[in-house]
Amino acid sequence: MKRDHWLKPVVFVSCLLPLFLLVWKGFTDNLGANPIEVITHSTGLWTLIFLLITLSITPLRKLSGQLWLIQYRRMTGLFAFFYGSLHLMTYVWLDKFFDVHAIVKDVYKRPFITVGFTAFVLMIPLAVTSTRGWIRRLGGKRWNLLHKLIYVSATAGVLHFWWLVKKDISQPVEYATVLAVLLGYRIVKWGLQKAPMRNLKPARTAAPMTKVADLGD
Amino acid sequence: MLIKKPADAPSSEITDKRLYFNRRTFMAGAAVIGAAALVGDKVLGLRSPVTAEAAGAKLDIASKIDDAGGEKLTPLKDITNYNNFYEFATDKYSPASKAKSLRTQPWTISIEGLVKKPKTLDIDSILKLHPLDERIYRHRCVEGWSMVIPWLGFSLSELLKQVEPTSKAKYVEFTTLYDPSQMPGQKTNVLDWPYVEGLRLDEAMHPLAMVAVGLYGDVLPNQDGAPVRVVVPWKYGFKSIKSIVKIRFVDNQPHTAWNKAAPNEYGFYSNVNPTVDHPRWSQATERRIGEFFKRKTLMFNGYGDQVASLYSGMDLRKNF
Repeated sequence: MKRDHWLKPVVFVSCLLPLFLLVWKGFTDNLGANPIEVITHSTGLWTLIFLLITLSITPLRKLSGQLWLIQYRRMTGLFAFFYGSLHLMTYVWLDKFFDVHAIVKDVYKRPFITVGFTAFVLMIPLAVTSTRGWIRRLGGKRWNLLHKLIYVSATAGVLHFWWLVKKDISQPVEYATVLAVLLGYRIVKWGLQKAPMRNLKPARTAAPMTKVADLGD
Repeated sequence: MLIKKPADAPSSEITDKRLYFNRRTFMAGAAVIGAAALVGDKVLGLRSPVTAEAAGAKLDIASKIDDAGGEKLTPLKDITNYNNFYEFATDKYSPASKAKSLRTQPWTISIEGLVKKPKTLDIDSILKLHPLDERIYRHRCVEGWSMVIPWLGFSLSELLKQVEPTSKAKYVEFTTLYDPSQMPGQKTNVLDWPYVEGLRLDEAMHPLAMVAVGLYGDVLPNQDGAPVRVVVPWKYGFKSIKSIVKIRFVDNQPHTAWNKAAPNEYGFYSNVNPTVDHPRWSQATERRIGEFFKRKTLMFNGYGDQVASLYSGMDLRKNF
């Protein structure tokens, strides 16, 4: 448990590095010809990266047996929300200059903005209920169910990226592949849980499977 | 909270107002994201003659024409470090370094098709074909950003009339070099290579349509379309084809690169038009490189007085 004393602050600061780097580049004139575009893209990418990191924690801890990793899931999830908020703010302020009419029109009219906005909105209840108090209030089961929204949010986020690129989709494909693996893991696991109930060797597999199920993902 | 409208000042008072906005720009941006220090710097920064001279061989300029209403020039370092040039990369930052592999000497352009006197011209004879103007044009990218660029060159019509097009010629088709060893982006199939663009004959003969061989007093940097390109300032940037090796007069509308890639998004005409949105984003405003607030996009990129008559009677929503 001593590890947490130093590791948590280290992870926390590391999660802020992309922002520090952006600010540093801004002040040293290293964001190129179109700094606002760079800020928009960078905060958007880091939102996706943190969503994918958050989604990878459960598989990682199961596969590696490093159960303590779970303690970092809330932090990385909140950082996804943090970068998502910066990304949205860049759009609302630096792209639309708080023109509510134009924003509403965009959200309504442009599919890539509709899904991007959806991805962000779905993160709000997750961020709000990320505290211990909320887990207690909702109960583990309902809390777990609610937090499955991250699957929708991450999928919408990747779609948002895919739909906005002009022609070269190689980068969105990379993100989609990682997401597919992470969601695929859950589908396979879910399938394995179901399978024994239907047929094979129910007695032998029942115990370990319930253990897997209660850890939440 | 701040200001809703972009800095859209009449050209007569542009200097004062924009200086004023720049200050605000600097303060507002720095407070939050820190990037505005840079924006302010760019807006206020003057072009550096040192960089301009270092870039390449100087060209003689016969006359200077400001076709951008006195708007402030975009700094050379932005014009040369923020380029869409898919022949080298699909991002806008790496063509500056990747385009070094392009060899611009020797270089020839073959002008052919429905003409009486087909010709192959080398780059030196093109440079001598006509005295060079410096023409300051606005440049509007379909992605929603814009620049003000001092090109060097002459009207495209000067080049085209060399070959005496026949009466059958209705369109002009331009082709970029195809050589994946020099243009590594052509090893991917992101576009159908070689890059092809086209204009209706009357568009191509319009005096504003230009053959550019330089910018900021020097020969064109590779990433900006060396050694010779077309500039059509009232159309989205991708119509202004770079590094051309072939010009062909044809009777049918050419199949152009971006139109083939996404016909519903990039029409053959692709005139700058704030009222016709790209299917995925609005074209009503643009970000001028170096400015914080967005500007309203102008019909025909502000060249309506000169070019609107080319399209009289045409439905520009259909012919986007």
